[in-house]
Amino acid sequence: MLLAAQETAAAGWFLENAWLIPLIPFVAFFVILLFGKKMPRGGSEVGIASMVAALVVAAGAAYQWIDRVDSSHGEEVEPVIRQWVWWQSGGTRFGIGEHIDGLAIVVLLLVAFISTLVQIYSTEYVKGDRRYTHYFASITLFSAGMLIMVLAPNMVQLILGWEIMGLTSFLLIGHWWEEKANSEAALKAFWTVRVGDVGLLVGTAVLLGIFGTLDIKGINDSAAAGQFGSHNALMWAAIALFIACIGKSGQFPLHTWLPDAMAGPTPVSSLLHSSTMVVAGVYLVARLYPVFHVGLEINAVGQTFNLIAVIGGITVIVAAALAFVQNDIKKVLAYSTVSQLGYMMMGLGVGAWTASVFHIFTHAFFKCCLFLAAGSISYTASHHSFDMKKDMGGLWKKMPITFGAWMVSTAALAGIPFFSGFFSKDEIIDSAKHADYTIFYLVGIVGAFMTIAYMTRATYLVFFGTPRGGAAHFMGVEHGLEHRDDHAHETLGHDDHSDDHADQSDHGHDDHPEPVRGRPFPFAKYDSPWKITAPLLILGTLAVGSGYLNAPAVGVHWFEHQTESSIGLPLAEHEADGDNAEQVSSEHAVDESVGAEDVGAAEHAADSAIYSVPEPPKFAWGAAAPGLLLVLAGFLVSLFLSLAVFGKRKNVLSPLVGITERNKLFGAGHRFLVNKLYLDHLYEKVIVHGVAYPVSKAAYWFNQNIIDGVVDGAGRSTKRTGEWVYRNIDQRLVDGAVNASGMVANESGHALQPVQSGKVNHYGALLFGAAAVGAIVLILLNV
Amino acid sequence: MYAVNFLLLSAALFSIGVFGVIARRNAVMVLMSIELILNSVNLNLVAFALINKDIDGHIFALFVIAVAAAEVGVGLGMVLMIYRNRRSIALDELSEMHG
Repeated sequence: MLLAAQETAAAGWFLENAWLIPLIPFVAFFVILLFGKKMPRGGSEVGIASMVAALVVAAGAAYQWIDRVDSSHGEEVEPVIRQWVWWQSGGTRFGIGEHIDGLAIVVLLLVAFISTLVQIYSTEYVKGDRRYTHYFASITLFSAGMLIMVLAPNMVQLILGWEIMGLTSFLLIGHWWEEKANSEAALKAFWTVRVGDVGLLVGTAVLLGIFGTLDIKGINDSAAAGQFGSHNALMWAAIALFIACIGKSGQFPLHTWLPDAMAGPTPVSSLLHSSTMVVAGVYLVARLYPVFHVGLEINAVGQTFNLIAVIGGITVIVAAALAFVQNDIKKVLAYSTVSQLGYMMMGLGVGAWTASVFHIFTHAFFKCCLFLAAGSISYTASHHSFDMKKDMGGLWKKMPITFGAWMVSTAALAGIPFFSGFFSKDEIIDSAKHADYTIFYLVGIVGAFMTIAYMTRATYLVFFGTPRGGAAHFMGVEHGLEHRDDHAHETLGHDDHSDDHADQSDHGHDDHPEPVRGRPFPFAKYDSPWKITAPLLILGTLAVGSGYLNAPAVGVHWFEHQTESSIGLPLAEHEADGDNAEQVSSEHAVDESVGAEDVGAAEHAADSAIYSVPEPPKFAWGAAAPGLLLVLAGFLVSLFLSLAVFGKRKNVLSPLVGITERNKLFGAGHRFLVNKLYLDHLYEKVIVHGVAYPVSKAAYWFNQNIIDGVVDGAGRSTKRTGEWVYRNIDQRLVDGAVNASGMVANESGHALQPVQSGKVNHYGALLFGAAAVGAIVLILLNV
Repeated sequence: MYAVNFLLLSAALFSIGVFGVIARRNAVMVLMSIELILNSVNLNLVAFALINKDIDGHIFALFVIAVAAAEVGVGLGMVLMIYRNRRSIALDELSEMHG
């Protein structure tokens, strides 16, 4: 039954049937699970085929969506919504279907595309694994979960996809569960995200209470038009939903599961960190943007911070700082992801919707590429180790494709001009400045400084300097003992403090049996096999190219044009910077009578809508200059520091070497970071123990003294009663009766024993005799 | 057509069958005697169906024939297995269920 059929008239086949996109991988999951082991390639072919099919449908839908936008001639572009009744409960219908607009198209295309590449990569990377088929089944369902969530026309389907992802991320992170660290990481990921998920349920319930509907479009329209009873309720709904996003998108302070999730196979990390799972939280905020925007009064006059921007901002800085002290290449990338997700949240928090969504888009390509490059290094060069200090170094000579893809993606991540990350990240930073969120502008540029600094450090350790450990073996230069001495003297002090940190040693370690390797490309014959390097080449290209879909610096606003109808709020006319604040405050004074809820939008009283988001700022090289200078500074500082610390070259920053040992303040700061801000300690030791220990102690006392006393007393009296009953009733009365009946049965049995002769003829004779007697009785009675 | 003719014939068959079941030692003969009993019943059914001009009796007789065939099949199978195990199908030797 169609709930909303009016939209489907002339939308085009792919837009109308976009529900196939999640359905194909979802069905493929069952096919792989049931028949995968009997297939020649262990089910991987089904997974890849389903992702390609989903990609084709998504690409068709994207093409038709672009057509739809272009033919709208400046009018509002309606999303394509189709819903069928999934189940009914007490008159409430829960639908399942599709909600296609610019935002959904972007993420659908992204997920299908990256999943395809990651699955191709996986056929090489997990080749010969003992749970090869299950791996492909899980990863296909994982993509399906994200696609279901992205397509969701209502909150119920959104939660469905959200939870499927939670489950499959658990399966995939714990793929090698034989090692305890891996299964613990999987559990940690599952439970940490679960903490946030409570918020999703609460928030959804509150939204249902406020708007009386679970349809996303209905909620967005009502919120944008101000049709709700209580602004406070909406604020609490937004906060509850945002808590879910904090858990899912690894925002501070629930980001601790993300780095541990590195225990899974590298392609999983890559998929999890680029386009699925962690993006889900950001996507939820972008999807329900009117709820958050109105509920938290984002862009209200005079607002200097709000929940989303503050959490995002803290995450940017904290995660970037944590990335400095990691030895595991995947953990550097993990914290980098956390930091970039912080950027996206911060962007949404300051009203830069388009920039944030565009950052989802560009970040997916370059972060996926970085993870796959890390996997390529561990697969080919460092004997399945991810330790940058022990098993890497100097790899650039022998791995040209991996190196090239890494460098391009690093440049994109760092926001170097004309790489994709620059266009998206710079716009977030610029928007923060233009929307008068000065603090977050500063956070943004400091974050950019830190980003390039930690990436320079990682790049130096991985690709330059002398090869160490596994990499030395790969490069054909063995100078083991000499090098080990060097390593012991390493002076940033990482090794000295690692004792007081339990997790420091659990570097994600891929130990699967050595399979037969595929063939590398002929032009890079020492690099990884082609199934690994081909995705790297594609993603590396996109790490540059994807930015040009929306490059304000060169005057391209195409992406913005395609997606702006998904915001759910109208764009406000952009005002000049200088007099913005004054003008706003004067108008604010005039319109104060409008009411507390409308304060934020008073400046746009001329527009018909009450709430609106600011238009993206005009790009100017002058405005981007401070950020770019900081990026350059970050690169130079980190380069010199890396050379001084790891390369032992004398330069300007050499005096800083060993500062963590000489200076107490720096040492404490470093230890603080190595221990991940003690958040894990806080969660485990303080919160879990603090709650669990007194409770268990009290329960023990209650158990010993009160319950046991009662039980003992009851037991004693029961025993006495029981003894009396035993002597009098049981022994004499009951036993007497039982014995007597037994005796009777015994005797009668003995008397009838001869009848049971065991001979068929006798039985037959008895049968017929009895029948004859019966017949005679019947005749006598009838006569 | 008198019912008594049919009834006398079937009663005779029935009695021969009962005698066979009780008196014979050979398991195959006992099975054949059971067939006799069943067929005497069939005869009754068909006879009354004929007299009462009713098709039900005929149909029921057909069912009895089918069931009898199945029963003989199972019975002979059992006899065969007993013979293989004990080299004899004398029923009075099979008295392991003796109480």
